[in-house]
Amino acid sequence: MASVSEPAPVRRGRRPRLSPALAGVVTIAVLLVIWQACVDAGWWNKLIAPAPSAIFAGLAPLFSDEGLAVRFFQTLGETAAAALLAIAAGVPVGLWLHRSRWAGRAYFNWVASIAAAPVVLLYPLFLVIFGRNASTIVAMSFCTGITSIILKTKEGLDGTRPVLIDVGRSFGLTRAQLFWKIMLPAAVPTIATGVRLGVIYCLISVVGVEFLINFGGLGELIDDLADRWEIPMMFGAILFVMLTSVGFFWVTEQAERWLRPM
Amino acid sequence: MAKADVIAAPAARAPRKPPRIALIRIATLLALWAAWEGAAASGLLYSGVVPSSFKIIAAFLHEITSGDFYWNLEFTLFEVALSLALGCGLGLAAGLALGASRFAGDAYERYLQYMAPTPKIVFLPVLLVLFGIGAGSKIAMGSLSCFFPMALSVAAGVRLVDPVLLRVGRSFNLSRAQMVRMIYLPALVPPIATGLRIGLGVALIGCLLAELKMSNRGLGFMIMQYYAQFKTPQMYAILIVMFLIAVLANGFVARVFRLRGTR
Repeated sequence: MASVSEPAPVRRGRRPRLSPALAGVVTIAVLLVIWQACVDAGWWNKLIAPAPSAIFAGLAPLFSDEGLAVRFFQTLGETAAAALLAIAAGVPVGLWLHRSRWAGRAYFNWVASIAAAPVVLLYPLFLVIFGRNASTIVAMSFCTGITSIILKTKEGLDGTRPVLIDVGRSFGLTRAQLFWKIMLPAAVPTIATGVRLGVIYCLISVVGVEFLINFGGLGELIDDLADRWEIPMMFGAILFVMLTSVGFFWVTEQAERWLRPM
Repeated sequence: MAKADVIAAPAARAPRKPPRIALIRIATLLALWAAWEGAAASGLLYSGVVPSSFKIIAAFLHEITSGDFYWNLEFTLFEVALSLALGCGLGLAAGLALGASRFAGDAYERYLQYMAPTPKIVFLPVLLVLFGIGAGSKIAMGSLSCFFPMALSVAAGVRLVDPVLLRVGRSFNLSRAQMVRMIYLPALVPPIATGLRIGLGVALIGCLLAELKMSNRGLGFMIMQYYAQFKTPQMYAILIVMFLIAVLANGFVARVFRLRGTR
């Protein structure tokens, strides 16, 4: 009975633990408060680094006056066009590089080199050829996105387990059946990785080229706001682009995970 | 003797010899060149948009023998070198801090991962406001671009350091600085090399894009000058130089660290 009435032993020297996720959020909050205080105290020029409160206040006019939602869908549309074109061309090219031994050996390294090359630097060339319009944005983003899709399609098809192909052959499957029923399903997870990378590269390229050529959706908006010295709204638009790319990254990652076998 | 044994087996079809790869590549390059020249000569496209390759080669030779080109090249290379040193240095420090502390990694690494795929070029207006139109904003842009690959690569690498090495270091009572210098850094050569290789590529792109957007010196500035004057052969020539620098720099770092197999 005595043990019941005894108070629980107090653990000395142990501080309550802060979870890492909470610590991350708290750190950001503290940094924002310090930023706000520095601007309010006049230590930071609010024309160069506006206070967080001004940035958040500028979010509403971004939607109402600057048409942020319309621009978001414009960027999304250009990304979708470039990504769909890249998928439509990249998967067959990857398949061709897989099936044709000579093509694979001759061109695979070229595609890998282009994937590592800074294609975005060629935007003045595209600008000269296509003009300052959406075609330049889509064409450049297509070129940026297609390489990973080609490489991963070939990698996925090359990596089909020989035992699966042998099983198909033992069932007397034709080449077409072998491809549709065995090789393609086995390669889908790897192709999905390529498509995910391709779509992300397309988004990055679309926003970047929009900004560089001052045309289109979110990228142009940031450039436009900078030109008009609407600095709080410019910070807000950059924040929105960051959130968009994070959301895009998350959605494509979930889609890829869904396609991967357990 | 069975008849089947006597009858000669049908000659197996000899496998088709794959055409020589080098020949295919040369033929492809020739076909592309012929298509370009055809487009230039056809008159279907404005000649200024697709100039003859001979004009581009002539412009290229003229550029690489002019002092103006080297004056701008020197500036761009200086920006890239400084941004690489700053961005990768800070990235290395952040990666070590995030990788060595599980708590710090869990708390902050996700934000780096979120930021990493964001198109960095959108930060250029902020950097222009902070550092001006000169080299400062380009160096900041390059540093920002190469910080993330280095930090994330090193943070992941630190977690893979052999725990035995860490225990040995602790048993010898090494200080934190000694642990970093004698255990972590030697064990982290591959992730640092990967970060450096990716970082060099993106720093170069960051600096050049920033120059293309707004600058008063550098290769990007030259390109935009030629673009504005519609001197397309010269513009193509400098683009080729820029492209070659980026590709060669990537190949150089890959060769130095012998990372070709770990892409």
